[in-house]
Amino acid sequence: MKSFADMLLSREAFSEIVMGNTAVVRAMIEAGARVVTSYPGSPTPEIASAIAGIKAEDRPFYFEFSTNEKVATEVAYGASVNGHLSTVFFKSVGLNVAADTFVQLSLMNLIGGMVVILGDDPGANSSQNEQDNRHLARLSYTPIFEPANPQEVYQYYKAAAILSRQLHIPVILRLTTHVCHAKQKVNFAAWQPADFDKTPAFDVKNGPYMPLTSLVFPMKRRALGNLQQVAEMSENKGLHQLVGNENPRQGIVTFGMPFLSLLDCLAESGGKPDILKLGMIYPLPQKLIAEFLRNHEEVFVLEELDDIIEGEIKRLAFEQQIKVKIHGKTDIESWIGEYTADKVAVLLAAIWPEIAPKPAAAPDFSVAVPPRPAQMCPGCGHRSAFHAVKQALGDDDIKVADIGCHTLGFMPPYNMGQLLMCMGASTGIAAGMSLFNASRSVVCFLGDSTFFHAGIPGIVNALFNKHNITLIIMENGTTAMTGHQDHAASGRNFNQATDKIPVRGVLEGLGVKHIYEVDTYQQEKLTEMVKEAVAVEGFAVVIARHPCMLKLMREQRRKENFQAKMVSIDKQACNQTHACVSDFACPTFIMHEDGSIDVNPDLCIGDGSCLQTCPAKAINRPENR
Amino acid sequence: MKIFNIYLSGVGGQGIGLISEIILRAADHAGLNALGVDTHGLAQRGGMVSSHIRIGENIHSPLVSKHKAELVISLERHEAVRAAADYLAENGTLVYYNTSWQPLPVRLKKAQGISEQQVEDFCQKGAFRLFKVYQNDLPDPRMQNIALLAAICKNKLVAGLAVEHYQKAMNDLMAGRMLETNLGMFKSLI
Ligand SMILES: Cc1ncc(C[n+]2csc(CCOP(=O)(O)OP(=O)(O)O)c2C)c(N)n1
Repeated sequence: MKSFADMLLSREAFSEIVMGNTAVVRAMIEAGARVVTSYPGSPTPEIASAIAGIKAEDRPFYFEFSTNEKVATEVAYGASVNGHLSTVFFKSVGLNVAADTFVQLSLMNLIGGMVVILGDDPGANSSQNEQDNRHLARLSYTPIFEPANPQEVYQYYKAAAILSRQLHIPVILRLTTHVCHAKQKVNFAAWQPADFDKTPAFDVKNGPYMPLTSLVFPMKRRALGNLQQVAEMSENKGLHQLVGNENPRQGIVTFGMPFLSLLDCLAESGGKPDILKLGMIYPLPQKLIAEFLRNHEEVFVLEELDDIIEGEIKRLAFEQQIKVKIHGKTDIESWIGEYTADKVAVLLAAIWPEIAPKPAAAPDFSVAVPPRPAQMCPGCGHRSAFHAVKQALGDDDIKVADIGCHTLGFMPPYNMGQLLMCMGASTGIAAGMSLFNASRSVVCFLGDSTFFHAGIPGIVNALFNKHNITLIIMENGTTAMTGHQDHAASGRNFNQATDKIPVRGVLEGLGVKHIYEVDTYQQEKLTEMVKEAVAVEGFAVVIARHPCMLKLMREQRRKENFQAKMVSIDKQACNQTHACVSDFACPTFIMHEDGSIDVNPDLCIGDGSCLQTCPAKAINRPENR
Repeated sequence: MKIFNIYLSGVGGQGIGLISEIILRAADHAGLNALGVDTHGLAQRGGMVSSHIRIGENIHSPLVSKHKAELVISLERHEAVRAAADYLAENGTLVYYNTSWQPLPVRLKKAQGISEQQVEDFCQKGAFRLFKVYQNDLPDPRMQNIALLAAICKNKLVAGLAVEHYQKAMNDLMAGRMLETNLGMFKSLI
């Protein structure tokens, strides 16, 4: 087996098939990053998986998963002003959480340099929106590099680190989902580990680091001055790529993954427009773009998500009175979704049909394949919890969901979740919905990683302002949805064992008077507890606990003496009430045409949580396979 | 060389990542230029998952376009038809592992499941080549992906890839008992 750790630490130059998320780790090592932090979120957690592959003692930098993105940004900032090159990475919406700290970074003299890796998610593959974080980069005067593929991820991180260190400014490396996850053979350079100076270099003389009232202005001036300097540096043609076809009529300005989609379209259509592919996308190389505009009759700005550079390019053309027709976004659809080759083909066809590839013919017949939404795993403690909680609530009661695997409780047949916002928002929303509300109980859900991430302020508020709501904490001991990262109550951090910060202890410390706690497999008890909690006048919390079974099963399968188990159906006893499929709804159960039920051997883990849910007691105890 | 696009589909938890990584690396061992990308995140929880592999010279994005896959590989029957309907190119080939993980609406009796016959009818209508794979007595259902891989290798469904390329790729990715059992089964089936 290839050792990816050895590969990432190789002294010699090499090439290997890797994802963007792995390529960037080698770039960190080569660039001399000293402190790297994160909070998990798709599309970036595999960066941490690659780091985890390197043994802690061999790791050339310190890494931690922090409590949330804001704290992660602060830790990386602190390290940077102490002289260490740092990096923080997180998903698109993570920047909303980090924003209060992030927007200040450009005001500061970041002695060691700092690269902020943002995993944006056009196509909302695993996010609650498609936000375009280039807006926040502009708001905070922070330069952005945007790679199109893993090879560029590696190169651009290194370029970002150099720029960041040179000017002591934050620099963003903006990745999108399919750039993070694309796999390609990447050519890596040699690496010579350098001795590094551990002396804490922090010195107020490098500041000011205290942005207060009028002190803000010199700091803002410095930030804008830096940005101007970067704008000049961005004219360096080496940062961008010009695909010249000597086409005086058609030019396309683009960047990132849509550039690749465009090349695929043109390979098929044979179209030959000139292309200016930008590598640094903020600030823009104005001279380079102006020259490109002058050299073409028409220019198409091919830009995924929002129309940020389109606006800038139009302003440039206006200011410099360049006579060129500029095409950009046309309709609402052009603001939505990922710019795949299929999408780019449609956009091209609307402007220059002669260079758009013909769409491949779809079959002229169809088969209705039922949709397959994500769902909770076999044995998931969240399922048992939702099944039990549902028994305790009326249809009319309000159920506020939160972010995590347990969000999936919103689906039928549980329908435990009617509103969703973002991590940790459920308690606050529930509080608002309880006001002037004497007839409908308000219940909200929260995961345990989210409890620490952004959940606590809402809980404090519920206590402080005496809100009459019930919070159900879905405690599974891990950050499940994003791939089982440890959190403050897990008893481990990324690097070592650590004291658990117990959720219950925190609640008690805050003074929550009504706390109920039960393993979710004890469904009757859980139902009773929820009923009691809802009846409480004031704030009550139910901790619905069960370890993540996906994680547990993976750990158990690795053991020598592992014995697989599964349940079976007692066909005599089964009276086809179908509670197993229509109420409990573990994906393990198979419904046959004739109404009989079976257990899918591919899926059943033999946890037995279903036994109690069959009114006919027709599910046999799990047995060895 | 002509571009060869492969679209893989399955249900989160079936091990689609391993089979797609093996094919991608096998292509590399065969000296071919290849790109790939997998689904990560939310859908891995029992939802529909996919992988894209593109092999050839003039390729850029790792994503396969609709109806442009020469080969669709699926680990599950429903997903086989869904993927073929959306991605298979004219004269394309569908190879699938014949297991069924009923989607939620089927279990809730809100929709009809897909039968083996429907897969056959679909391929007949579209004039697609069809390979149905099923292996009795697998020691572990999580080895279905290797049974499928063996069928792909045996029937030479990916142009330019030979047994040794697949084996090298498996050697890259697995070790110890896992490699032994998977490679052992792969060899016994080709
Ligand atoms: C601000 C923000 N950061 C990260 C994420 C990614 N994310 C989605 S679900 C989730 C895990 C939540 O874990 P937990 O609350 O323990 O619930 P579980 O999945 O374990 O049920 C995370 C981190 C996000 N959606 N928003």
